[in-house]
Amino acid sequence: MGLLDIFRRQPPSAQVAKERLRIIVAQERGARGGPDYLPLLRRELLEVIRKYVNVDPEAVVINLERDQGQEVLELTVALPDKIQGAKNATAAGAKP
Amino acid sequence: MTEIIVVTSGKGGVGKTTTSASIACGLASRGKRVAVIDFDIGLRNLDLIMGCERRVVYDFVNVINGECTLKQALIKDKRLETLFVLAASQTRDKDALSAEGVERVLNELRAEGFDYVLCDSPAGIEKGAHLAMYFADRAIVVVNPEVSSVRDSDRILGLLASKTRIAEGGSGRVQEHLLLTRYSPRRVAAGEMMGVDDVKEILGLDVVGVIPESTDVLSASNAGTPVILNAESDVSRAYHDAVSRLLGETVPLRFIEEPKRGFFARLFGG
Repeated sequence: MGLLDIFRRQPPSAQVAKERLRIIVAQERGARGGPDYLPLLRRELLEVIRKYVNVDPEAVVINLERDQGQEVLELTVALPDKIQGAKNATAAGAKP
Repeated sequence: MTEIIVVTSGKGGVGKTTTSASIACGLASRGKRVAVIDFDIGLRNLDLIMGCERRVVYDFVNVINGECTLKQALIKDKRLETLFVLAASQTRDKDALSAEGVERVLNELRAEGFDYVLCDSPAGIEKGAHLAMYFADRAIVVVNPEVSSVRDSDRILGLLASKTRIAEGGSGRVQEHLLLTRYSPRRVAAGEMMGVDDVKEILGLDVVGVIPESTDVLSASNAGTPVILNAESDVSRAYHDAVSRLLGETVPLRFIEEPKRGFFARLFGG
């Protein structure tokens, strides 16, 4: 160990663990609570949309919000701009 | 009034059975009538930890299938008058447990006047784990201060909040408690292990107990004597504190700081 390493200490591993957990737990909690069919719904919607427009898998966002006993299913599809879309369509078309 | 408490964790090997056995003994040592049930069908182990493995004649699945009465299957503890064990079956049939069957046994235990029924959950999130938590009023979530255990516990918390009878009925929620096991104050102080507050913050749970890492746990399971009965051990004291908190007493946390070592101890080590 060089003298300089003393000053270049890595953060304690417990702190790294905590930080990693904080992120993954928040992410997993966000996905939880919704009905089990949400991921499948998202995938099937994506397939349908892709028949017409070539969107990115990440472009479909499904949110379920609960508000005083009322549930709102919010669906956002970010459409690609035309040139990009055409490019993607050819690229996708080339694939089997 | 019977209270049903599930001891669960998601991850295996974190101390569910050790905790179930010790908490059951702790409650019984205070005069409560306690039944502790092993839900790990196919992998029976609670009987070994409780030291009654040679007295198992009938098991949980036998009772559910009506092959014996509940009274025949309950094994009375030799040390504590008010403590009974219901062993898991060694069957390989995964569908041996049914929700109706489990509910029937729990209702019968209620009718028998038990104060507490502890359900020792198997690891994982399969049927056994699901049924162990389904009828629970309270849950003790056993966690090691380690990333995979904490993450799995959070998953279990999600299930407790949705896949239990209380949650499904919309009538409230299962009361959840965090129990940290294998805690090493020395490693926490060195920044090598997450501390109580870290885990508490991530999971957002009340801490019902912190059990220090100790060789006493293995010695106890070797002997078939729940570790809480080893009065010499800090682990026993920590479990007794947890029992007190479960019973609603306010007890400060112990064994979460490294003991201060005197000058001579530091000089000579040990």
